[in-house]
Amino acid sequence: MEYSSLSLKEIIDLLQERKVTSEELVKYYFDRIKKYADKNAVLEIFEDAIQIAKEKDEYAKTHSNLPALHGVPVLLKDNIAYKGHKLSCSSKFMEGYVSPYNATVTQKLLDAGAIMIGRTNMDEFAMGGSTENSAFGVTKNALDDTRVSGGSSGGSACAMALGLAAITLGSDTGGSIRQPSSFNGTVGLKPTYGRVSRYGLVAFASSLDQIGPISKTVEDTAILMNIIAGHDEMDQTSSTEIVPDFTSKLKDNIHGKVFGIPTEILNLIKQTKYENKYSKLFNFLHENGAKIKEVSIPHYEMSLPVYYVLAPAEASSNLGRFDGIKYTKRDEEAYKIDEIYNGSRTKFFGPEVKRRIMLGNFVLSSGYFDAYYTKSKKIKELLKTEVTAALSTVDALLMPTTFGEAFKIGEKSVDPVSMYAEDMFTIFSNLTEVPSISVPFATGENGLPLGLQILGKHFDEPTILGFASYIEKNFKENA
Amino acid sequence: MKSDYEINIGLEIHAELKTATKVFCGCKNSFGDAPNTNVCPVCIGLPGSLPVINKQAVVLAIKAGLALGCKIAPVITFDRKHYFYPDLSKAYQISQNEYPICIGGGITLDNGKFVRFNHIHLEEDAGKLIHDPLTDQSYIDYNRGGVPLIEHVTEVDLSSADEAVEFLTKLRQTLIFAGAADCKMEQGGMRCDVNLSVKKKGAPWFGTKVEMKNLNSFKAVHRAVEYESNRQIEELEKGGKIIQETRRWDDVKGMTFPMRQKEESKDYRYMPEPDSLAIALTLEDVAKIRAELPMTPAERLKKYVEEFGLPEYDSNILISEKFISDYFDRCVQIYNVPKTLSNWIMTDLLKILKDGAYQTLEEIISEEHLCTIIKLLDDKKISRNVAKDLFAKVIETKQNPMDIANKENLIETITPETLMAIVDGILAEKPDLATQYKVEPDKITNFVVGGVMKQTKGKADAGFVKQYVAKKLG
Repeated sequence: MEYSSLSLKEIIDLLQERKVTSEELVKYYFDRIKKYADKNAVLEIFEDAIQIAKEKDEYAKTHSNLPALHGVPVLLKDNIAYKGHKLSCSSKFMEGYVSPYNATVTQKLLDAGAIMIGRTNMDEFAMGGSTENSAFGVTKNALDDTRVSGGSSGGSACAMALGLAAITLGSDTGGSIRQPSSFNGTVGLKPTYGRVSRYGLVAFASSLDQIGPISKTVEDTAILMNIIAGHDEMDQTSSTEIVPDFTSKLKDNIHGKVFGIPTEILNLIKQTKYENKYSKLFNFLHENGAKIKEVSIPHYEMSLPVYYVLAPAEASSNLGRFDGIKYTKRDEEAYKIDEIYNGSRTKFFGPEVKRRIMLGNFVLSSGYFDAYYTKSKKIKELLKTEVTAALSTVDALLMPTTFGEAFKIGEKSVDPVSMYAEDMFTIFSNLTEVPSISVPFATGENGLPLGLQILGKHFDEPTILGFASYIEKNFKENA
Repeated sequence: MKSDYEINIGLEIHAELKTATKVFCGCKNSFGDAPNTNVCPVCIGLPGSLPVINKQAVVLAIKAGLALGCKIAPVITFDRKHYFYPDLSKAYQISQNEYPICIGGGITLDNGKFVRFNHIHLEEDAGKLIHDPLTDQSYIDYNRGGVPLIEHVTEVDLSSADEAVEFLTKLRQTLIFAGAADCKMEQGGMRCDVNLSVKKKGAPWFGTKVEMKNLNSFKAVHRAVEYESNRQIEELEKGGKIIQETRRWDDVKGMTFPMRQKEESKDYRYMPEPDSLAIALTLEDVAKIRAELPMTPAERLKKYVEEFGLPEYDSNILISEKFISDYFDRCVQIYNVPKTLSNWIMTDLLKILKDGAYQTLEEIISEEHLCTIIKLLDDKKISRNVAKDLFAKVIETKQNPMDIANKENLIETITPETLMAIVDGILAEKPDLATQYKVEPDKITNFVVGGVMKQTKGKADAGFVKQYVAKKLG
């Protein structure tokens, strides 16, 4: 059977009904990962998964009630800790590092019966939008070998699109779940900041990072959110808000709902070359009883510069611990302490990571801190106020996820600024902390997928999951 | 001339809070354990780990602040202070830069001077480097990494070595009595940096300041202040200039030396700590903590003198250390005879403590056992000699004094009537005692007491016998 075409929901049903064994599934995915090895989506398969699957199957023989994800094979982004397994963030610096503890999401998945089958490629330390910054090679687009898979969760999105696991996890600091999802035709959710514990996620920019699912269907994302969301004693920034049933609105209609489109992005939508496709979608929503209205986010255009101050500042701080002293690789030619620091960091960080550390250290240095960091922090708060105001008049905001289809490998890697501008649509929800989902809705000029982004109110993921599900099921681009 | 100059001193004092666990993780806060046994992903800064504030550390920092007369901040936030050093696992220290937990406050010296704090902030300690000269290898022990510290920053109000040491002594006593810190200097539980400058008397500005590090005892602070102020004055008198720098105190040589240029002039790139949320403190929270504050040394002194009627000298000895005062207070709770307890503690217990075999008074003898012995004595069930004997036996065996007394038949069973009869018997046997008594009353009294003791195997109450003899013969 071709399990690769099945959704997580379908896989769960097969497992629960004992129509497939977990071992069979793990072996199937292993074979498929090997088959698509040239895509470079998966850095390592966890060989112990087969033994664990056998144990799950034994358990299933003697127990009638199985946990929600019993025997479900999952791929983790390479920045999420899994006890006793390698964790490298696609960096030379962490090559060989084995995490001695589980991330909270990993623990929750394990508790729900899931099996971790491997780790996926990413931009080094999640910095980038193409996976070209991986120290272990670029991940190719699931549908086109000449194009990027996006990033930084490019490995997870590509693997999902190719059906290399039942579901994958990514992390999103400025679009790292949604942009690769748009490029590969998968569903990707960046939850509200604080919705999912960050404990065990190797920090890039602590105040922006969130873990989220990358899946085949909106329903699959909702199912996984029911497992991984919630307050965690180990993460003070994780929210104590009540955790809803994320699947509760999947069957809702859009009749009478109001969608907002920020005035400030209308020009950007024109630049996407796909204005007609967005218009078509908006018309469809209108025809089905929803209202579309313009809302204003006056400082929207500030999001890009603000992001590229705050994210590098936090990154420069978070990456200080990679110093060659403790658990990472060390420049073996170095002897004195300063030589160890300089040598190790020079040798083992990639160019993009170095660029951001330099940028971050600059904006944090005394004399510049107020002009850059403090001001950016203020604008972040301002944007949060503006999005809350805008969302008080509508049910959700609609935006493109990206400017277009996946770009060519090498096309933007020479020019960091053009690469950063790719994040224009996605970083806004990281800065404002609202949940945002990317759902495939159309096909671009090269036949590659395009994602629609839906942003919701803080801690209201069920509503945008409902809208995304509606569009996923009912909108036909060429109808 | 030295007398033409004024010395200006500001102190930065770190004290480790006596929490059960570290400030951002659940690891034990304990000194002297095997290296890297009290560590976890959080305090060694493993990728992906996150800090979780220990509320007890916040409470103890507030207690310290309240005991020192500080204002408590309504909101507690943390900042990251960045620098690279192997003992700092994350390459940043979680500290407080913008909004310290305690503001203002101060300590009054005996000469009436009020030495102000600028602020007190809460932060985490770093680990410890251990260098092995034999192998030329360096090791890191992260047991101390993440231990909660409060850093006290004073204004430049101190002007002599004596003042600095008096200030430190009072600060230490206050922190210990507030229950916030143990301040064990020898374990690094209290550490002090000194900022010192000199200026000509009457000059409008402070002179150039020099920071001194590595002062591991109050004595070192005293010596370093003396040395460094003299050095600076001599330098200025020679027409030289003071360079703003950090100098290391060498306790063996008794001198300060400049540290490498690289070790100073750091840009710490402070940044708000994004992993911890601000903690809001209400007035009620602070009032509750204030209510929990133990009595200060001054309050205890007043109580001992005025309420218990103890001499001021004795009271001062009792409050010289919190654990002595606490022990005394607990004993008074059990058996309310402050004067007797104070005498026993001062004459018997403190002597034993001084010998060094015990760290605390309750290790020598528990409060209950001590009170039991004193009560037996007060009730005249045992004599003073037997009491001292019993005291020694309890210390030795740690057994209950009642059990020992019963087993060894020490309890006085002789009634006053019996004693009177024995005395009457002795006097009747030697009638000339009555006449001799007129000449040598003490000698005769002692003779009779001796006789009674002989007949009662030492169990008689000598005091009673003396009184009775005086009544009969006096």
